[in-house]
Amino acid sequence: MRTLTSLTPTPNAKSPVSLRAVVERITRDEVVHVARLARLDLADDEIDQFTQQLGAILEHAADVEALEVADVEPTSHPLPLRNVVRADEVSESLERDEVMACAPDVQDGQFRVPPVLGERT
Amino acid sequence: MSALEIAAAVRSGERSALDVVEEHLTLIEARDPGLNAYNLVTAEGARAQAAAIDAAVSAGEPVGRFAGVPLATKDNMCTRGIPTTCSSRILEGWRPPYDATVVTRLREAGAVSVGKTNLDEFAMGSSTEHSAFGPTRNPHDPSRVPGGSSGGTAASVAAGFTPLGIGSDTGGSIRQPAAFCGVVGMKPTYGVVSRYGLVALASSLDQVGPFAANVADAAALFDVIAGHDPLDSTSIRDFEPTAQAVLEAGVDGLRVGVVKELAGGSGGVPGLAADVLARTAEAVEALAAAGAVVDEVSVPSSTLGLSAYYLVMPAEASSNLARYDGIRYGLRVDGATTAEMTTATRTAGFGTEVKRRIMLGTYALSAGYCDAFYGKALKVRTMMLEDFARVYERFDVLVTPTTPTTAFELGARTQDPLTMYVNDVCTIPSNLTGHPAISVPFGVGDDGMPVGVQVLAPASHDAQTFRVAAVLEAAA
Repeated sequence: MRTLTSLTPTPNAKSPVSLRAVVERITRDEVVHVARLARLDLADDEIDQFTQQLGAILEHAADVEALEVADVEPTSHPLPLRNVVRADEVSESLERDEVMACAPDVQDGQFRVPPVLGERT
Repeated sequence: MSALEIAAAVRSGERSALDVVEEHLTLIEARDPGLNAYNLVTAEGARAQAAAIDAAVSAGEPVGRFAGVPLATKDNMCTRGIPTTCSSRILEGWRPPYDATVVTRLREAGAVSVGKTNLDEFAMGSSTEHSAFGPTRNPHDPSRVPGGSSGGTAASVAAGFTPLGIGSDTGGSIRQPAAFCGVVGMKPTYGVVSRYGLVALASSLDQVGPFAANVADAAALFDVIAGHDPLDSTSIRDFEPTAQAVLEAGVDGLRVGVVKELAGGSGGVPGLAADVLARTAEAVEALAAAGAVVDEVSVPSSTLGLSAYYLVMPAEASSNLARYDGIRYGLRVDGATTAEMTTATRTAGFGTEVKRRIMLGTYALSAGYCDAFYGKALKVRTMMLEDFARVYERFDVLVTPTTPTTAFELGARTQDPLTMYVNDVCTIPSNLTGHPAISVPFGVGDDGMPVGVQVLAPASHDAQTFRVAAVLEAAA
């Protein structure tokens, strides 16, 4: 049974953010790595700015990080989600031409992209 | 005239829908250049729809509950054939091939959308300053922000451009701008209003909801947009919207809790302004005077809401925004390979705040950090649900301020993201729990700017929030 004490963040969790703590939170190299995962190309000054800002935000989240909550189940969604199916009947769907007209490059009714194979990841 | 009065006059033939729409378009044309509430004004479409309503009235055919009432539509709701930008360069020029369910429902009810309103890019922000098309200004004082992310819709209603507006609320994006602009804004229970055609920010938090200049109009708007939609797999079945029916019910005997952690005391959330707290206390007194049973109550996990939210929301957003890859719609910037094209497209198309949240979310979900951050944030959601379930055994509704302060000056908080995020501290718990909440104007702050008071209720008790708001409106 979880008690109220488990709700209490560690005493230093909301203490003023020290520069040292921020630096330790996330490094410049990690920011570069995460940007690559997110398919973003950051300029040098953006990398510096995000390193500092993401560090400060993560420092703020230290109260959550510090929680002892091993016995609490996670909630990913406010509703108990179940798969929803409909009757297998033909119904209206989106106009194919209208959908394809939104795309930047189309050929023979298909989305056209630059080469995929052989690319660096 | 209120929305309901306009609709009654149009239905009876006393007023022409076209005249009503023309009047509002003229006002928008004259005053919106100074406010920038609209990304796009759809004057021709609005006139055509209004003329069709007038023709139906003349022919004695039935017209909807909001016949001829001008409506502001947040520019993250899909409108078939009409540009939908989310105030982002990456979607500039995109014309969706379908309508959002809420757009369809309101058109069927006779509401006339006059345009698409400005927002923080992809609804990420609390001031409508993070828009690719420039900031919206607060109609009460153009040197101040209207709040966000639904700042364009809030400003439209506050300026009298439209009696009604539609917004979306992921962490307070309806309620906070409603408070800043002195109008009524409500976030329904998660799943009560269809999200089909709402461009996703954080799918487990997003909810579409109403804006209006008064509680009765907001309740009527809620009753029109609420209800099951087979196109949204998270839509609740068998929800009967009854907001309008309870507006006269009063609060005699209603059990009202004042959330201690959001009332400015020690150990609670810091940074709540004295004038906002004073108006909130007066609102609580007004409810007590109207017969409510008032008591203070502790919701311990509410102090963790901000941190949990700024892990869950960016995590979901980083995943949802992966779809902007330059392949199926929107901007494409050329590259030698698909990966290079996608990177170039996203780099050019997203603004700084969107990039910041994608980075934060990608980091929070990355190997080695996911359990420590995202995993624990999900557990905070459970703790909140348990806390509120316990509190709602003793109380029917809870009252808090909507925002820590009144509307701030443009540019005051754009340099430090954390000072911007703190705006959402009172509104976030309802998104993490999926519960309904309303913001209703209650007086002004020391600076003369509007103050909003928030009423929270348990899941599916959306009508209760309107019932209490009606009493507060009468007392304000």
